[in-house]
Amino acid sequence: MALPRARINLPLTWLGVVPFFVFVGLFLLLPTLYIVVGAFRTPEGGFTFGNILALNTPTILSAYWVSIKIAFWSSLIGCAVGFAMAAAVTVGAGPGWVKNPLLTFSGVASNFAGVPLAFAFIATIGPAGIITLYLRHEFGINLRLMGFNLLSTLGLVITYLFFQIPLMILIITPALEGLKREWKEAASILGATSFQYWRMVAFPILFPSILGTMALLFANAFGAVATAIALTGPSLNIAPILLYAQIRGDVLGSPNLGYALAFGMIVITGLANALYIVLRARSERWLK
Amino acid sequence: MTRLWSWGALLIGVAFFLMPLYGMTEFSLKMRRGEYSFDAYVTVLGDPRFQATFGYSVLMAVLTILCGVLLVVPTAFWVRLKLPGLRPWVEFITLLPLVIPSIVVVFGYIRLYNTSSWLPLTGSVTGTNMLLMFGYTVLALPYMYRAVDTGLRTIDVATLTEAAQSLGAGWVTILARVILPNVLGAVLSGAFLTFAIVIGEFTMAALLDRPAFGPYMQLLGANRAYEPAALAVIAFAITWACMGLIQLVTRFSKHNRVAR
Repeated sequence: MALPRARINLPLTWLGVVPFFVFVGLFLLLPTLYIVVGAFRTPEGGFTFGNILALNTPTILSAYWVSIKIAFWSSLIGCAVGFAMAAAVTVGAGPGWVKNPLLTFSGVASNFAGVPLAFAFIATIGPAGIITLYLRHEFGINLRLMGFNLLSTLGLVITYLFFQIPLMILIITPALEGLKREWKEAASILGATSFQYWRMVAFPILFPSILGTMALLFANAFGAVATAIALTGPSLNIAPILLYAQIRGDVLGSPNLGYALAFGMIVITGLANALYIVLRARSERWLK
Repeated sequence: MTRLWSWGALLIGVAFFLMPLYGMTEFSLKMRRGEYSFDAYVTVLGDPRFQATFGYSVLMAVLTILCGVLLVVPTAFWVRLKLPGLRPWVEFITLLPLVIPSIVVVFGYIRLYNTSSWLPLTGSVTGTNMLLMFGYTVLALPYMYRAVDTGLRTIDVATLTEAAQSLGAGWVTILARVILPNVLGAVLSGAFLTFAIVIGEFTMAALLDRPAFGPYMQLLGANRAYEPAALAVIAFAITWACMGLIQLVTRFSKHNRVAR
C-alpha cells in the first residue's frame, strides 16, 4: 500500500499555506458565504427562495436599475475617453512625452476615490461650486435651471469618470503597446487606409481587452459606496446606499432581505468580473 | 486628421481632470471673504478630531501593512517554491476582494462576529479594531499579492533558498534575511498602495463604527462648506505622495537587480 508514505509527505508542505487559507477563510470567504446562505434562508433557518423573490419591489428594483445605469454609463464613457487618451499618446500623433506623466497621474487619480473625490466635485460643479458660480456670473448660464444637478445620476456618472478614465488608461496602454508595427505595415502594403487598418486589424484584436476592461470598470462603479454617500447622502436610491442603510438600521424590515440585496450585488459584480476574465484570456492570444 | 483627434482627446481629458483639482484648491482657499487664505486648512488641521481620526487611520494603515506583509510574503514564497500547482487558486482568491464589494464583506463580519457568535470580535473595542485591520488586509490583498508575486518572479527563489539552507539557515532566516530584502521594492510598492487605500477608507470603518479618517471626512462634508475642500486637497496630496514613493521605490530596486 502506497498510502502511508503519501501521508507523511503531504501535511508538511501544506502547512506553509495554512495561515493564508485560515485568514481568507475567516475574513473573506466565510463572511461572504454567510450572506449568500442567508439570502436563501427563512428567519427560522429553513431553505427558501422567498427573499430573492421579495427583492421584486419598486424601491429595490429601481435601486438596482439606477446603480446599473450609473455603472454602465460611467464604464462606457470611461472606456471611450480612456481609450482615446491612451491611443493618442501611444499609437496616435499626440506628444510622446506626455505618456509617462499621464500614466503616473492615472495611478494617482484611479486611487483618488471615495469621500475626498466627492468633495472635489462639490467644490467645482456643486450648487455653490467654483465653475457653477463662474458660469452664472460671467455668462449668465444657470446650470441648475438647465436641469443639471450634481446630486443625481448624471452627477454620479461625471464624478465616477474621475477614477474610471484613469483605470482604463492604466489597463489599456499595455494592450495598445502590444500592437505590432508589422501589422500596420502589412496592412498598408496591402493597400489599407489608416481607417481600414483600425477597423479590420487593430480594433478586432483590441476588442476583447476593451470589452473586458469595461466589465471591470462596471463592477468597480457598481460597488462604490463612499463617493455616492459623500456626494448625495442617504437620499439617492442606489443599491450600495440602500444596503448601507439596511446594515445601519434595517430599513427593509427583514435581515434576510438584506442578505438577498447583498447577494444580488455579488451576482452582478461577479458576472461582470467573469466576463472580464474570459475576455482577457481571449485577448492574450494576440497580445503577449 | 490623426493629429487632430489625438490632441483633441488629450485636451478634453486633461481639462476634465484639471477641473475638479482646480475647483477644490480654489474653493479651499476662499474661506475668508474677498481674499485667499489658508483659514480652512488651519481650521481642519487644528481640529482635535482631525488629529485623532487621522492618527487612528495612519496607525491602522501601518498595522494593515504589517499584517499584509506577514501574510502575503511567506505564502507567495511558499507557493512559488513548493506548491506551484496551487498558484492559480491563491491568485484567484486574492482577486476576490475586487469582485465582492467591501460593503458585503463587512456586512458578513457584522453578522458573523457579533456579540452572540462563536468569535465575538465586535463585542470589544480591541476586537473591532482587529476586525477592521483584517478587513483592510483583505481589501489590500489583491494589490499586495500581485506586487510581491511579481517581485518573486524576478529572483531565483529555489536557488536562493537552497543556498541559504546549505549555509544552515532556517525558514524564518530565509524569509527575513534572504527573500524579503530581495523583494523589498515590491513589498514597499504594495505597502504604499495599501496606505493610500486605507487612509481614506470609509465603508468598513463607518459600518464597524470606528473613529477613522474616512467617516470623519464624511461627517465634516455634511456640516461644513470650505473645510471639506481643504480635506480633499490634503487627501489628494497624500495619494500623490504614495504613488510618488512607489515610483521612487521601483526605480531604485531596478538598479540592484541583475538582468535576466
